[in-house]
Amino acid sequence: MSPRRKRIILILFVLAGMGIASVLLLTAFEKNLLYFYSPSQVAAGEAPSTRAFRIGGLVMKNSVQRNPDSLEVSFVITDTVNTTKIVYDGILPDLFREGQGIVANGKLVNTGVFQAQEVLAKHDENYMPPEVADALAKAGGTYPLPENHKSK
Amino acid sequence: MFTRFNQFASPKHFYDLSARLTPWFTWASILLLLAGLYGGLVLAPADYQQGDSFRIIYIHVPSAWMSLFVYVVMAMAGGIGLIWHVKIADIIARSSASLGASFTFLALATGSLWGKPMWGTWWVWDARLTSELILLFLYLGYIALQSAFDDRRVAARAGAVLALVGLVNIPIIHYSVEWWSTLHQGPTITKFDAPSIHMSMLIPLLLMALAFKSYFISVLLIRARSEILEYECNSTWVEELISNRSF
Repeated sequence: MSPRRKRIILILFVLAGMGIASVLLLTAFEKNLLYFYSPSQVAAGEAPSTRAFRIGGLVMKNSVQRNPDSLEVSFVITDTVNTTKIVYDGILPDLFREGQGIVANGKLVNTGVFQAQEVLAKHDENYMPPEVADALAKAGGTYPLPENHKSK
Repeated sequence: MFTRFNQFASPKHFYDLSARLTPWFTWASILLLLAGLYGGLVLAPADYQQGDSFRIIYIHVPSAWMSLFVYVVMAMAGGIGLIWHVKIADIIARSSASLGASFTFLALATGSLWGKPMWGTWWVWDARLTSELILLFLYLGYIALQSAFDDRRVAARAGAVLALVGLVNIPIIHYSVEWWSTLHQGPTITKFDAPSIHMSMLIPLLLMALAFKSYFISVLLIRARSEILEYECNSTWVEELISNRSF
């Protein structure tokens, strides 16, 4: 075997080995790589009950209730199967609105309510001008429109 | 065919060829950048949810694409240098590293600036952001390794091994948003589906991507030329080149 051939085979072996090693590693850490749990997973008891974790889902329509005297806010998130009620005391991100995906970091409290320390908005991959969003909403309404959105 | 390749790969020939090619790529990148910026900042409408903040996509997405592309170029050039001992391949790998690191940094920084108002945080440790940060460390490790050796050939070999081992991170970055639930959104533009971005916003994005690519090629050629001169400083053609120059 020529030395060049040897080098090619060696490199291919290294690449294959690295590939297999990382697949095994990532499979082993699957649970830790999960950024957030869904309300269904929480309902099934898969989420930790004693320590903090993250929960993600869509904010349900007409579920946001604000305390007029403070920053306290409560809302319900859903993964279309199960729901979880979230209470939070703090500033919500710009993209937070009903129908929007969010990720909250916090703990389950005794009553089955999720007490959030932090609420992050999850943006989707759709980008379009407001007029297009309006037209889509009229046609079928698959895209959630912002609360303060004005039709032109 | 092989003699043609050898001729192309000879440092002197590459030096002359890159001198002719550089202005073309430089001008292409300037024109594409102007067109892309005008399209993205002036012509494209504001997003229905994010308003004008979405316009950071015109820097963020091209630099994120380039951070992956440059790494693949670097690892492949490194591999070619390792197997066939092509000097030009080593030089291309070496010259790509700091460009790739800059693109990665730009992608992380613009993403962070966008993340604060939109997500509500500068940084989260989700799979996409973390794997992109590892990419930055891979680039920095490669650069550190290059300057750790006095012998350029040893440095190129060590760097190529590091680059090839790190190649496994590239599919992880790309598919992280599909394999795991991440805070980072899924891909807007994929090969198989129609892009989920409106045409008026997509065209400037593609122009910017091409501008970044031409910029990379033009700067890569300039950097490679100076690397060649350093590498070949004892050869006769470089000595002739220098003595023929009037300072």
